[in-house]
Amino acid sequence: MSLPNRSGLYDPQYEHDACGIGFVASLKGKPTHDIVRKGVEILLNLVHRGACGCDPLTGDGAGILLQLPDAFLRAQAAQHGWQLPEPGRYGAGLVFLPKEKVARARCKQILEDKITGTGQRLIGWRHVPVDESSLGPVARESAPHIEQVLVGSAEATEKSFERKLFVIRKWAERTVREAGQADGSAFYMPSLSARTIIYKGLLLAEQLTAYYRDLDDPTMTSTLAMVHQRFSTNTFPTWELAQPFRVLCHNGEINTVRGNAAWMYAREQLFDGQVFGEDVRHILPTITPGGSDSATLDNVAELLMQAGRSLPHVMMMLVPEAWQNDELMPAHKRDFYAFHSCLVEPWDGPAALAFTNGKQIGAILDRNGLRPARWTITKDGIIVLGSETGVLEFPPEEVERKGRLEPGKMFLIDLELGRIVEDAEIKEQITSQQPYGKWIEQNAVRLEELPISPSRLPPITGDDLTLRQRVFGYTQEELKMLLTPMAQTGMEATGSMGTDTPLAVLSDEPQLLFHYFKQHFAQVTNPAIDPIREELVMSLDNYLGGEGNILLETPEQARMLHLSQPILTNDDIAKLRLGHKLTIGTPATVPMLFPIAEGGPGLKSALDELCRVTSLAIMNGTSVVILSDRGANEFLAPIPSLLATAAVHNHLMRNGTRMRCGIVVETGEPREVHHFCLLVGYGAGAINPYVALDTVEQLARAGQIPGVTEPETAKKKYIKAIGKGLLKVMSKMGISTLQSYHGAQIFEALGLAPDVIERYFTGTSSRIAGIDLDVIAEETARRHLHAFPKRTDLSNVLDFGGQYHYRAQGERHLWSPSVISNLQKSVRAEDASSYREYARLINEQPDGPITLRGLWEIAPGDSSIPLEEVEPAVEIVKRFATGAMSYGSISREAHENLAIAMNRIGGRSNTGEGGEEPERFIPDADGMSRRSAIKQVASGRFGVTTHYLVNADEIQIKIAQGAKPGEGGQLPGHKVDKIIAKTRFSTPGVTLISPPPHHDIYSIEDLAQLIFDLKTVNPTARISVKLVAEAGVGTVAAGVAKAHADLILISGYDGGTGASPQTSIKHAGIPWELGLAETHQVLVKNDLRSRVVVQTDGQLKTGRDVVIAALLGAEEFGFSTAPLVAQGCILMRKCHLNTCPVGIATQDPVLRARFQGKPEHIIRYFFYVAEEVREIMAQMGVRRFEDLVGHSERIRTRDTKGHWKTSRLDFSDVLRPAVAAPGVGVCKSKNQDHGLETSLDNELIRLCAPALERREPVSFKMAVRNVHRTIGAMLAGEVARRHGAAGLPPGTIRIEFSGSAGQSFGAFLNHGMELSLIGDSNDYVGKGMSGGVIAVRQPPTATYPAAQNIIVGNTVLYGATGGRAFLAGMAGERFAVRNSGATAVVEGVGDHGCEYMTGGCIVVLGPTGRNFAAGMSGGLAFVYDEAEQFQKYCNTEMVELEPVSSPDDIQLLEGLLREHEERSGSEKASSILADFQNNLKRFVRVIPIEYRKVLESQKKQSSATAAE
Amino acid sequence: MGKATGFLEFEREEIQKLPVGERLKTYREFELPIVQEQLVRQGARCMDCGIPFCNTGCPLGNLIPDFNDHAYRSDIEAAITSLHSTNNFPEVTGRVCPAPCEAACVLGINAPAVSIKLIEHSIADRALEAGLVKPQPSLSRTGKRVAVIGGGPAGLAAAQQLARVGHDVTVFEKSDRAGGLMVYGIPDFKLDKSLIAWRVEQMQAEGVTFRTNCEVGKDIDYSTLKSDFDAVCVAIGSKVPRDLTVPGRELSGIHFAMDFLEQQNRRVAGQAIPEHVSLTATRKKVLVIGGGDTGSDCIGTSNRQGASSVTNIEIMPKPPETRDSSTPWPQWPLMLRTSSSHDEGCARDFAVLTESFSGSDGQVERAHCVRVELKDGKFEKVAGSEFTIEAGLVLLALGFVYPQPEGLLEQLGATRNARGNLVVDGSFQTSVPGVFAAGDCQRGQSLVVWAIADGRKAARAIDTYLMGRTELR
Repeated sequence: MSLPNRSGLYDPQYEHDACGIGFVASLKGKPTHDIVRKGVEILLNLVHRGACGCDPLTGDGAGILLQLPDAFLRAQAAQHGWQLPEPGRYGAGLVFLPKEKVARARCKQILEDKITGTGQRLIGWRHVPVDESSLGPVARESAPHIEQVLVGSAEATEKSFERKLFVIRKWAERTVREAGQADGSAFYMPSLSARTIIYKGLLLAEQLTAYYRDLDDPTMTSTLAMVHQRFSTNTFPTWELAQPFRVLCHNGEINTVRGNAAWMYAREQLFDGQVFGEDVRHILPTITPGGSDSATLDNVAELLMQAGRSLPHVMMMLVPEAWQNDELMPAHKRDFYAFHSCLVEPWDGPAALAFTNGKQIGAILDRNGLRPARWTITKDGIIVLGSETGVLEFPPEEVERKGRLEPGKMFLIDLELGRIVEDAEIKEQITSQQPYGKWIEQNAVRLEELPISPSRLPPITGDDLTLRQRVFGYTQEELKMLLTPMAQTGMEATGSMGTDTPLAVLSDEPQLLFHYFKQHFAQVTNPAIDPIREELVMSLDNYLGGEGNILLETPEQARMLHLSQPILTNDDIAKLRLGHKLTIGTPATVPMLFPIAEGGPGLKSALDELCRVTSLAIMNGTSVVILSDRGANEFLAPIPSLLATAAVHNHLMRNGTRMRCGIVVETGEPREVHHFCLLVGYGAGAINPYVALDTVEQLARAGQIPGVTEPETAKKKYIKAIGKGLLKVMSKMGISTLQSYHGAQIFEALGLAPDVIERYFTGTSSRIAGIDLDVIAEETARRHLHAFPKRTDLSNVLDFGGQYHYRAQGERHLWSPSVISNLQKSVRAEDASSYREYARLINEQPDGPITLRGLWEIAPGDSSIPLEEVEPAVEIVKRFATGAMSYGSISREAHENLAIAMNRIGGRSNTGEGGEEPERFIPDADGMSRRSAIKQVASGRFGVTTHYLVNADEIQIKIAQGAKPGEGGQLPGHKVDKIIAKTRFSTPGVTLISPPPHHDIYSIEDLAQLIFDLKTVNPTARISVKLVAEAGVGTVAAGVAKAHADLILISGYDGGTGASPQTSIKHAGIPWELGLAETHQVLVKNDLRSRVVVQTDGQLKTGRDVVIAALLGAEEFGFSTAPLVAQGCILMRKCHLNTCPVGIATQDPVLRARFQGKPEHIIRYFFYVAEEVREIMAQMGVRRFEDLVGHSERIRTRDTKGHWKTSRLDFSDVLRPAVAAPGVGVCKSKNQDHGLETSLDNELIRLCAPALERREPVSFKMAVRNVHRTIGAMLAGEVARRHGAAGLPPGTIRIEFSGSAGQSFGAFLNHGMELSLIGDSNDYVGKGMSGGVIAVRQPPTATYPAAQNIIVGNTVLYGATGGRAFLAGMAGERFAVRNSGATAVVEGVGDHGCEYMTGGCIVVLGPTGRNFAAGMSGGLAFVYDEAEQFQKYCNTEMVELEPVSSPDDIQLLEGLLREHEERSGSEKASSILADFQNNLKRFVRVIPIEYRKVLESQKKQSSATAAE
Repeated sequence: MGKATGFLEFEREEIQKLPVGERLKTYREFELPIVQEQLVRQGARCMDCGIPFCNTGCPLGNLIPDFNDHAYRSDIEAAITSLHSTNNFPEVTGRVCPAPCEAACVLGINAPAVSIKLIEHSIADRALEAGLVKPQPSLSRTGKRVAVIGGGPAGLAAAQQLARVGHDVTVFEKSDRAGGLMVYGIPDFKLDKSLIAWRVEQMQAEGVTFRTNCEVGKDIDYSTLKSDFDAVCVAIGSKVPRDLTVPGRELSGIHFAMDFLEQQNRRVAGQAIPEHVSLTATRKKVLVIGGGDTGSDCIGTSNRQGASSVTNIEIMPKPPETRDSSTPWPQWPLMLRTSSSHDEGCARDFAVLTESFSGSDGQVERAHCVRVELKDGKFEKVAGSEFTIEAGLVLLALGFVYPQPEGLLEQLGATRNARGNLVVDGSFQTSVPGVFAAGDCQRGQSLVVWAIADGRKAARAIDTYLMGRTELR
């Protein structure tokens, strides 16, 4: 019933799920069976948001929560001869029990014991009738035995009885777990309550009522029904992870769940008997092990509710709005959030949550509002809320109102009061329960308010500073390439190309412990955030001090020291040291040093001592401890600050005192963003990086920082850069607040010994073992000796470094001078011996290992075979592709050269994110084709038109990129020339921003939708999804396979880039060896491998690399840097500066002329690689390439005995072959079922034949429902295929739909198509629209006001490049995000409207949400600002606001209003036009500043040309 | 970082030289000082490559992008610190190194390379002028004694490094002055000897003892020396010249280049050369055989001495004017090189084999030559192409074959290879434990940079040998 255990690289902790949620409730008070049926109907209409695994009859889970059906249960009880007490005096719940009888009896006995143990009464056990024949084989196999337990109350009130039922359940669960039942996890109670009951299981929606016969019973009644349809990455049978849970169900993902769970565990230690009395022992642990993120959140929400807070209150404290930066928010509400932020950090991540206590039912969206939630209220008091509109159909005239849930907002129905309580009302009520503002004011203190300390330390300077720098291993390169840019610009330094230095555990240079950790990032299952453009949701606030009991609510809980960001200056820490009586008391300083002569044992005892002294300080009442390495000297070396911090943090977590104390680290070690992220991630509340700050001060004084001479300014900028870097790293994981990131340990270790992980980095993923404390001490000792030389002061300078740029005396690089010169010589002179030398240098890594595969060797076969018997090279090269490098990041010459070469050998080149000139789709006269077979679709959607998509053999969805997973990109204006701008549908000279996430992929079911969209527009193309290796990528890949991708690409972290922050290049993601092995193992385990091609890339260079990748499970291979080197790249790492001297990564015509690459260079390279593959295959005795795939048992580890670091590595999990059950495929053998035959478009294409074939006008009408998705895209693809980019003449195809359309209505619409919709639509209307017209209006019979009606969902017109849309109602969040050419009129939009827009024109006739025009670099918007509020809602970083004055603009606006009126029947348009001259004054024109400048200079130029 | 677009804005500039007529009047250096603006411009041309091929092109691993950047920012102190971190004698290499770094410069792929040597030269001179170069004595003494045999660039580099980590170092030099070929090989017009003298002074201040006029193996037995020292570094160079054993070789007027060059350096140093051994080119027709640097030095010296004509021949065919495709970037290019001495006046001829000499009264008067072609690695004479060259002085600049085998090497008994060079392991140790070798005596004839590089590496190995771990980088 539960998830399988860890095996190989699979780890159940990385399972994700997301889904569709919904509820229906009646305000009319009386429970009815109709509501139950409506609930089930919602589920049925959300089926497409769920998924199936390998077994099409087994879903990922579905369930329904109802009010306890008194009539039903009373009747059932009567049959058993039981007399039920009155409602509220008895409770019931389903119990999942072991099928095995003895175990079952024991479980039941335990539960009965707890019922009586809490003084309650067992009424009886009822058999729950189920029909197992309705289940799929996997579900049936794993189905539990299900009974229902009925419990009688011995309590005075319903509330205290409910609390007892909670205690019984928690107590019984734990007792069964601890009793170690053979099948302990088979005991599970979906609910036990006097108010609600849950029916759920590993079911498809349609199986729910068939399986649970109870649900069909007419006496099964309720006034509410909350339902959930699950889409999980796994296919393992997990009945208990189906939702709803006891108080909530969830669509999205809690990114911070590990930190939240850990902090909750720490907080439990502060529980006393004040709320639960004796029972407090029984309810722990709060969080049931093995739960999903949603289950964990439910555990905590339930506890806090049972402890006395109202459920809405609980939801507000766990999932707060973005309050820190919201100046529009009323003070008492901010105070509420501020107070509660002293109690608990936000549970952060995309979340639409529906919740209920049986009397109130509601929903809340997280601060980012990344999940859809639409509601409808009917005139007869039915309220429906769901992930989509149209989940229940009502005749328009019965609808009272429709709407959507907004970010951070709550929607609540009080069934006892029989009415909806609006967000403002419920929050007003909750936030004024207590004088939170007064509590904060009287108790909390801000750091700035503390007095200046007289004992602050002066900066360290001169030789002293150099000495300190040497102690911590600073290099010249770090000063120059990291610190200087930070202090100069206030931002992290940018670099380019991938990293090619050894992993820390492979390096012979002493490495900082920080470098053994890699950052996690969001991909597919949750979105990254843009911390710059969406700054309003981000916060670096944190608190120091001891916490109180979270079950209570007292003013003293606010006695905390508030920090607005975690980096402390030397003055700050001096202040802190003085202490503050009310909040932090007097901090204790504990030295984090160890005697260098004593090595590993000395380090170990110093860590023990550190923990002991900290505990002692806490016992003595200290609530802040400062770990300090200021005292380092010749004999005492600093303990690596990360080790010390994590050791203390986890020690205090373990002994239950973590919440009583804040940890501050005073250390010279951290200097780059990654270091600070780790310290915060492992528990530091604040950090004083004194050497980094003093270094910056010295650099400024020495005039080394261009433009910054004032040391204070330099330090401020440096701190700002760290802050921005922290925000960026957090947001890569989709985390908004530092408080949630704090202690969340969102990293994985690469090369640390299991005992180090277990003791100091508890819970961190670490899969290849590695160095122990002895080696950590040795690395410190090597730095120390260098810092304190005994004999010479020759080294009184810093080492150069060599991590970023190669230096002969520095770190090893895979791309060494001889590697590059040999490769170039081989392809230019057709010199196979130079290729062999190149391959030898890469494969053998003679100077020491750089990559994991450098530690491996391929076992020869029992008998080798003659080379001639091996599959020919011409076949092998077809498995090769070049990587996604956009035209824009590289020159046209370089881009086309790659395409020509790949087309000639039957491989594939990739457009990258930047579109492709349509001329290239047609072969040249000589038959040479410059068309890229792979068309990439990335988050910016640049150049993604219908025509582009239909000209692909493969469409690649780039979720992440190795060099900067979780981040967006930026093409600086200076690289955007005329042709690039044309290809990208933008303006020359204007900077182009790619958002961090795809705004149509916030979770796994969204990806399934995008895959469906793309497959629909081009059914012949393979759809591939590019992921980056990290722990858990296999589980994500399983989800992607279930979302029907045809190909999954696993990229290594070391892939290249045209520009990325250095932190990302070096420290995010892991080698492909690990990600690929995990992916293959998990896919085979789930029987999903046979449906997908697996490809890998990331610094693949040689035939041996290809063979290793194949043995780990890949069948196709991507190469980028190596073919670039073959055509002339010499790893300048200047791509981001446009100064590439060999004409590759530049758009400068002078430099482009220096490009000397030829297709032959690339072709020769790939054939050398293929021939090398063949030679290895011959030695192995393998004839067919396919027979390599997945045979990881053929890889052995090279002997590393005696090496000081690598000898401790353990690759057994990585190299463990995936075990395939009989009949399970281990490489791609069958096609995905995309379900295209069910698409409505098949019918549309049939009806439009005259237009498609003969360009004759066609028009017709059709009814639609929300299950009809991506309407029009297949037809649009057909138009593009037959009629090219220009499509059909305007209005050739006219279709009128009615009803609620499913997601992606009108996606990729093309010229000549006009779709109108009477009704409403879900998310992604007009996504990628290239031409044509969409009009949406409400039905004529509707009585609700159109202008306030949500007529289309979120992310409308995302990435549109053309066309027009007229929407007579309001739209959701992110309207016209990344629009580059569409024109639209809409009557109101949610948050982030026109975000990242680069072209087109948007008219908004009503209110906008916050952050309008963020990142908008082109195009125009006109906003009708009736309430004169718009300025507050607009992000004016990149745009200017002004009245509409030019005749051109007035004419444009009036024309659009008239067309809107005509096409959508808009009353709003009519009323504005009625007095247009007057109303014109209320329009605000929004124009990007950069765009305006470019337009003006263009205008000047063209008038100058005209004058000539 | 230097100037991102500097390479697109500025042209490569060569070091300015005195006009030929002026040069020939003296034996003083003829390269003109580099002005500040020129240094900044040339530094700005450096592209700060992701992979600076110059850094590996340089045998010393000079941190070229770094000192280029310092030069661009006119931070001479930082520049010289960077230079000294890899190179003990940048004022020497800045003058006489053929600059393989420039051949490997990335900018050189499709444009004139960065003028690295000019920059190094300028930094070294400016630092000396500004008094930025000071002795760097060790912090403590180890009490270990090291003998360095041979005071050429390899020996001096090793000695300086070892002294700086606290060892008591004695340099044994058979000549009257330390410096080896830097003193008595390279002409003064290319390298001012005061620079070497200054370095010797610096090393003395750092604790190095010099025993000049002391040839180990002759003036002092190796066995005597051995007992006084904890480790020995042999750096005696490769001094046995390659001869041309053809009929007429015995005639007078045919000399090894080094005999000729050394005399002139001694004259410049103010030493009197006895008449009966004095060797000059004055008013003679001079034939220099051999196309290397030594040959060039003979040409330059001959012209300064007032030769009536100078002819230079070599057996190799004339290389192409630009980089040959057999030696693509970043390799040392096969191409025609014209030295400053060639510019000063000489006739050059290629693919010429000298078959014999003839003359009268035992004095050489002409060389008998024939043209050759290179086929499959072998020279074939071109039938009927015989010709003669008139010459009253013939200088053989055909390179050096191996270290002097008599004396020290005999006594030492360390293994030598077929070429006659000392065999060393990965840490520069010979087959005799505790005896290390650096420079040409184990490498074979090579460049000054290689000698310095070897000396530094040998010093690291010796320090590790003596102390268990080294503080040298």
